[in-house]
Order: sequence, then C-alpha cells, then structure tokens
Amino acid sequence: MATTTASKVIGDTESATTPMVVGQAPHWYTRLPLHIVIIAISVLWLMPTVALLFTSVRNIQDINTSLWWNLLWAPHQFTLVNYRAVLENQLGSVSMGRAFLNSVFITVPATIFPIVIGAWAAYAFAWIRFPLRNTIFLILVGLQIIPLQMLLIPLLRIFTQLHIYGSYPSLWIAHTAFGLPLAIYIMRNFMSGIPYDLLESARIDGANEFSIFLRIILPLTTPAIAAMAIFQFMWVWNDLLIALVFSGPTTAPMPVIVRSLVGQYGSGWQNMTSAAFISMLVPLIIFFSLQRYFVSGLTAGSVKG
Amino acid sequence: MADIQIQQIRKTYARGQEPAVRDVDLTVRDGEFMVLLGPSGCGKTTLLRLLAGLERPDSGRIAIGGTDVTDLPPRKRQIAMVFQSYAIFPHMSVFQNIGFGLRMQHVSRSEIQQRVHHAAELVQLGDFLQRYPSQLSGGQRQRVAVARAIVMQPAVLLMDEPLSNLDALLRLQFRAELKKLVAELNTTTIYVTHDQVEALSLGDRIAVMRSGSIIQVGAPMDVYDMPATTFVGGFIGMPPMNFLDATVVSANGHTTVDLGGQPLDAPDAVRDLAGGDVTVGIRAESIDVWDQQEPSTMPARIEVVEPLGADLLLTVSVGRQQLKLLTRNDFPARPNMPISIRPQQDKLRWFDAAGERVAPAG
Repeated sequence: MATTTASKVIGDTESATTPMVVGQAPHWYTRLPLHIVIIAISVLWLMPTVALLFTSVRNIQDINTSLWWNLLWAPHQFTLVNYRAVLENQLGSVSMGRAFLNSVFITVPATIFPIVIGAWAAYAFAWIRFPLRNTIFLILVGLQIIPLQMLLIPLLRIFTQLHIYGSYPSLWIAHTAFGLPLAIYIMRNFMSGIPYDLLESARIDGANEFSIFLRIILPLTTPAIAAMAIFQFMWVWNDLLIALVFSGPTTAPMPVIVRSLVGQYGSGWQNMTSAAFISMLVPLIIFFSLQRYFVSGLTAGSVKG
Repeated sequence: MADIQIQQIRKTYARGQEPAVRDVDLTVRDGEFMVLLGPSGCGKTTLLRLLAGLERPDSGRIAIGGTDVTDLPPRKRQIAMVFQSYAIFPHMSVFQNIGFGLRMQHVSRSEIQQRVHHAAELVQLGDFLQRYPSQLSGGQRQRVAVARAIVMQPAVLLMDEPLSNLDALLRLQFRAELKKLVAELNTTTIYVTHDQVEALSLGDRIAVMRSGSIIQVGAPMDVYDMPATTFVGGFIGMPPMNFLDATVVSANGHTTVDLGGQPLDAPDAVRDLAGGDVTVGIRAESIDVWDQQEPSTMPARIEVVEPLGADLLLTVSVGRQQLKLLTRNDFPARPNMPISIRPQQDKLRWFDAAGERVAPAG
C-alpha cells in the first residue's frame, strides 16, 4: 500500500535510513562477485574525476612532464597554485566569485519554478478530472523528444523581442520550460500512488482543493519533490549550452567562465581543472545532504499501491 | 434532528452499465444505527458514498435532518466518514490527524485541544497522541479513524466496512466497543458491511441489498426470522437457512406439500400456487431431531457431523435434498446414521418460485 510506503519514507526516519533486511543476511562470500563488479564499475566511473582532482593540485610543469598518478608517490608536488590563479584573478568579464553568485542566482529560481508549477500540474494530472487529461499528459511527456538545440534560436528571438535577452529571467524561463515535463512526470506518478481515500477523507473533513494540495499531497510528495529538486539543480548548475546562449556578460554562470579559461590563458588549461572542482563543490554538497531522498525518489512512482 | 430521507436515488457509473444503485428509497430515523448489508458489488458502498457526497446521483434526492443535501459538497453535509482503509494521514501525528477536520473548520486552538483529547479518550488513544500512524498497530489506526470522525460531532456518522482490515479477535473486541461508543454518542449512523454477523450484532435495523436494490429493511432478528426472499435467508445466518423444493398438492380443499415422504400442511397463501413449485425455508435450529423412528417425522440420514462446541452441526439428507441442522452436543450422531427429523411448523417460511416469501405474511 502506498500509505505504508509514504509513511515509511516520511514519518519513520529510522526505517528509511536503515537498510531493509528480509530474512537472514547472506554470507559475505556469496555476494563477493557482485561486490567486485560494483567496485570495478565505481573505480572506472570515478577515474576521470580523480584524475581531474590530482591534476588540479599540481603545477603545469609537473602536469606536462609526468602522469597524474605520480602525485601518489611524489606528494611534494601538491600545490594550490591553480586554485589561487582562478580565485584571485579577474577572468574574462566577471570574477569567479561573481560567476559563483550568478550560478546561484540562476540555479535557485530555475529549480524552484519548475517544481512549484510542476507540482500544481502534477496534482491536476493525477487527481482532477478534466477533458483530454491523459492526452494532454501524453503530449507533454512525448514532446520531450524534441531536442533542446532546436529551440534555442526561436527562444532567442522571443527573448530579444521581450528585451530580456541576457538577463536572469531569460535563463529562468528557459530552464523552467525545459525542466517542467520531467518534473510533472515524476511528481504526477508519485502523487497518483497516494491513496484516493486520503483525499476524500480530507474533503469530507472540510478541506478545499487548495488545502488538500498544501496539507496532504505536498507533504506526502516530499521524496519526489526532493529528487526532482536535486535533478534540476544539478542540471542547471552544470549547464553550459543554455547559459552560453542566453546569459549576458554580467550574468554568466560558472560553466561559461570555466570554459573561457582556455581562451583567456591559451595554454593555461590547468586552471580549468581547479575551476571545474570549485564549481563541482555545490552539487556535491547538495547531493550528499539530500542523497536519502535521491535514492528513494529514483524509484518513486515505480510501484503503485 | 438528523434523520435521513433517501428518495428514488439512482447511480450509474458508466453509460451502458447496470446501475450500481437503482431507485433506492430508505428512511433512517434520528439516532438510529442502520447497517447496509450485502455481498460485494451490491451497491452498498456506492449508496454510502452518495450519502457522503463523494458521488453525484443520476436522479433522486437525499435529505439529512430535513435539509435537501443532494447538491451540497461533502463538507456542507455535517457528516463524518470512517473509511475501510482508515484513510489517516501518514505524515501527521495522531493529534494532528484527529484535529485535522476541526482545523479545516477554523475551530479555536483551545477548543481543538479539548475536543481532540476527549475524542482520543473515547477510543482509548489518550496516550498515543504524539505518535505517528506508522508507529501504531492496525487496531490503533482504526481507532484514529473513528476518533477523526466523532471529533467532528457530525449529524450523521458513515462507516464503510471499518472492521474488515482487522484480524478476527480484534474485530470481535472492537465491534463491541464500537456499539457501546455509538450508543453513547447517539448519532445517526450508517454502517456498511458484507459480514452478516456484524450486521446482526451492531444494527438497530438492517437494510439488505442486492444488485443495487434494497430487498428488506428491518430489525436484525426480524430479518433473520422472516427473510423477505430466499436470498436474504441464505445470506443471513450461520449456517444459512435451509431451502427445500416441494410441489403444492391440493386435494379435497386441503393444501399440502410433500417433503421427503411426509405431507406438511401448507398455509392458505400457498394454495394460490397450486400445481406450482414452492420453496420451504427452515432455520437449522428450528428442526427437531430423534435418533430413532418417531411418528409423523421425516426419515433422514446423517452425512457430516461438525461439533461447534455448544452445538452439533449436522448435514443430513432427506430424500434427494440436503439440509443442515443444529442440535445439542450430547446427541449421539455419527455419519450414515438414520435419524428422524421434524421441522417446527411455526418456523416454516414459504417462498414462491421467484424466491419471494408468500407465507407467513408481514
């Protein structure tokens, strides 16, 4: 029953954090092959990031003369010179600090808008009867196959006509529009798993649609909302394409500035490695602080009832 | 005053389908405990949802306390409902759950405190107010659902199979508590169930439903004793009423039926069915039994013996027909034993070929 699922996730933190063990735990050696495969995949997956990290803490001479893992047996190579270069120097039109703030100004609203709008839409698609409800929903989800790149030029023309090109709102609108279908899809599936009895019960108790949405549906949808928030935040924070097209000289977020480092310094690409790590910091913090919701949200709506 | 008048209510879910509730009339008196009883799919839950305002009827009117509520939304009907699935909010504490409806109606904080505590005491949840539903047992969750309903002090209390998710022992215990609670509150109550034992034990009156229609309304023992149709007789009672097919014979102005070789005097109403078939109904406890031949009895043979504690439940064959009878537990019964049986004449119920009771009248 969805009631128990929801209550497990929301009401009972203990059962949500401790892994569920059904019956007796298998012996460690029966799981060994699985663990080896998982560790191998993880190592493979982490390798580029670790290489990036090691490179970012070596100076350009060391980088050019030896491979990155040499740091392991030559710890004296460790230096923060690349980080100092990125943080202290004016890069292109804006400083790294300003770019960081730009990223925050762009990402926070561009995460909140699709979730707020999407939650309303998801509620309507899940629980309000109106003509062509399922058809509209299908179109909404289906239209995601249109590649983002096709929409850049039309959007650019609209923004220019509205005189908002290069401003924060143009980036908010673009990210909200591109993020909404997935937000609606995930939250709608999660909401339709909430037992209808809860809504009817609230309705008999005198709650109107707004109260039901605010007091019953939203709290019970927290796992899906959190998962969606993480997805959207990471996507917007790391986005280069939309930022490159729609941001202006004063509104450029970090990925745009990081990319400009190569052009700025010609062969000074080592600064990119440290800049990339600085820009990764926030998503990493967000991910680790919300990973509990992230995992439960990925399976959200997959099992109904 | 909160009597309920249901007039000619009809509800069809999808075009072309059979109506779930067809032209039902029902009057429930103020303070009465009315049970809607029927097999699954008989329309009893639909009727309850129509009363709650969760469904709109195709036609007909519903009045609560003299006010026509047919077009009113649920929250304006002064009703409260207990759902089969409990429908309590998993993200709210017991206190918040019980107080939810009062908050929605902007009742003052202090009054919410006082009324929630009172309702929680009534259902013995006083010590659990800060718990969350996931920390409660099934029985405790059901108590929360009941407390949520009674805290509203509704004019009408609606319950949709509230005990069906509980295990047998808990159900028995909670049934008695519920009866006591509702009697104390003296609120008009409509209770839906498919469990005839629940219906008999709880209701002031029972409305038996089948295929969207109410077949019989009456006090539990009246419905048990005088079923309006063979369906009611077969649905209510454990074991169900015995039905024996017989043919009416009229000779010399005297009407009899032949039951297993033993002619039985038939009442006048059966005479009109002369030459036709009749069904004779008799409850298992209304059949006398002897372990030897007796005058003016029917010969029968025991097929199955089931001891039920205080009684023995015997399955016996009479001619080609089978019936079940209850006898005291010291009866020397064993399978294949020949016995003599005689239905108590005043307990015989007579039904026509369509299954409608023709005698006794009333």
